[in-house]
Amino acid sequence: MLTLRDALTSNRFVITAEICPPKGTDTTAFIKNAQLLKNRIAAANVTDNQRAVMRLSSLACSVLLLKEGIDPVFQMTCRDRNRIALQSDILGAWTLGISNILALSGDHVSFGDHREAKPVFDLDSVQLVQTISKLNNARNMNDTSLNSGTDFLIGAVVAPEANPLEPEMIKFEKKVLAGARFFQTQAFYDMENFKRFYEYAKRFDVKILAGILLLKSAKMAHFLNKNVPGVTVPTNIIEELESAPDQLEKGIEIAARQIRELKTFCDGAHIMAIGQEENVPKIIESAN
Amino acid sequence: MIITRKKNFNKILEYLEGKTTVFLFGCNACAEQCETGGENEVKEMTNLLEKRGKKITGFSIPDETCYTMLIKKTFRENRDDITAADALLVMACGAGVKAVADIAGDEKPVFPALDTLYLANVARYGHFSEGCAMCGECLLGETGGICPHTDCPKGLLNGPCGGVVNGKCEVNIQNECAWIRIYTRLKKQGRLEVLKRITPPKDYSVQIKPRNTIIESRKKTQ
Repeated sequence: MLTLRDALTSNRFVITAEICPPKGTDTTAFIKNAQLLKNRIAAANVTDNQRAVMRLSSLACSVLLLKEGIDPVFQMTCRDRNRIALQSDILGAWTLGISNILALSGDHVSFGDHREAKPVFDLDSVQLVQTISKLNNARNMNDTSLNSGTDFLIGAVVAPEANPLEPEMIKFEKKVLAGARFFQTQAFYDMENFKRFYEYAKRFDVKILAGILLLKSAKMAHFLNKNVPGVTVPTNIIEELESAPDQLEKGIEIAARQIRELKTFCDGAHIMAIGQEENVPKIIESAN
Repeated sequence: MIITRKKNFNKILEYLEGKTTVFLFGCNACAEQCETGGENEVKEMTNLLEKRGKKITGFSIPDETCYTMLIKKTFRENRDDITAADALLVMACGAGVKAVADIAGDEKPVFPALDTLYLANVARYGHFSEGCAMCGECLLGETGGICPHTDCPKGLLNGPCGGVVNGKCEVNIQNECAWIRIYTRLKKQGRLEVLKRITPPKDYSVQIKPRNTIIESRKKTQ
């Protein structure tokens, strides 16, 4: 099996993609999407109740990917579990064969389909990274030694277009200090701006996978600008989509173009296709 | 200031089903300022309940309904009216309801007329904002006097989440992100190095409930 760890140490351009677990127990479409991505990507991220909408667990879906021969990136948010449950699930993930975790704060429950839920946030993303590092050293977060530990490749996220940027960069550095070794970035469309971030980030011993969000239509671009924090689709991209006969095709072309350019300087790309996973192979092929 | 909100009147009628006589408690402190348990609201509740065929045997608006001693006094002064009531309805915060329930004992049903929301700052009369989450481990010294527990919906301790939109909070876009405010203030004070330190997880063991405190100078006289 191709692994993310091997890919990141190979110094080749690394591509990961996101797959969203199903809303229920029928995993047919999830597995089908996963099979389409097999051997085309280094690893597949499994989202953890993304946007606070309850879905099949990220841990279970990560194991399903392993069975398909795909290296999963087990996404873990701090929203739904306290420190005991988080650590226990991290250990559990390791024993089930998972070796990459992406640590996130998580979207607030007020966005999701269970607005009445208690938002946990017992730890934050920096503390979660720190906790995984401890478990990697066979100790729990209170320094009690474990009979055997984990050896996760720890990832985290960063928003290169955050405004203001400095507090986001301070947090990025804390995540690095806590033990994050790769970063998957929030989606961006301004490549020059991203290059500046990349130059800064490369001062640290981390791999950066640039966030590529597939634009399905100009309508989606407007929606992102209005509703999704930290993502800005510039006017020229929106116009490009609007003037295209097939907006989805144009979106695929834009994503491929971004990846082609990233290949000239960046460690890799992380493709988020949100419901369009079947188009990820096309993006990757067009970027060759 | 403890902020309270009136419960839906139907909920109160549900509590009082089968009860014909009611004694009302207000509170002349926080609930009076919230216009949920002052004299006007107690009168209003009296009218509403009378229209539904309830008999109000009496009422009391203690200066602070959370003070057990004041409630004991109220019970002494209104013994007959309270005895005559099938139920006691308390228009005060939860601590007020608890104080009344503790004194009322096991036989007399006590019901809340309000929901208790938060500990607030008062900007001006009738303008409240959450002031303190009472987490038990004050962090304000490290955060420029802006509280991430109180002002960040996620209570994050190490900086803003990815949900900041031009300095605003994604959960409520009207609000400034607490962490951007903390950053801005610490920067102005030349204290950004504080923000660069990793803040460890919170110790929730300080919040094990219920909590009781007797101040040192009172320990001998208890």
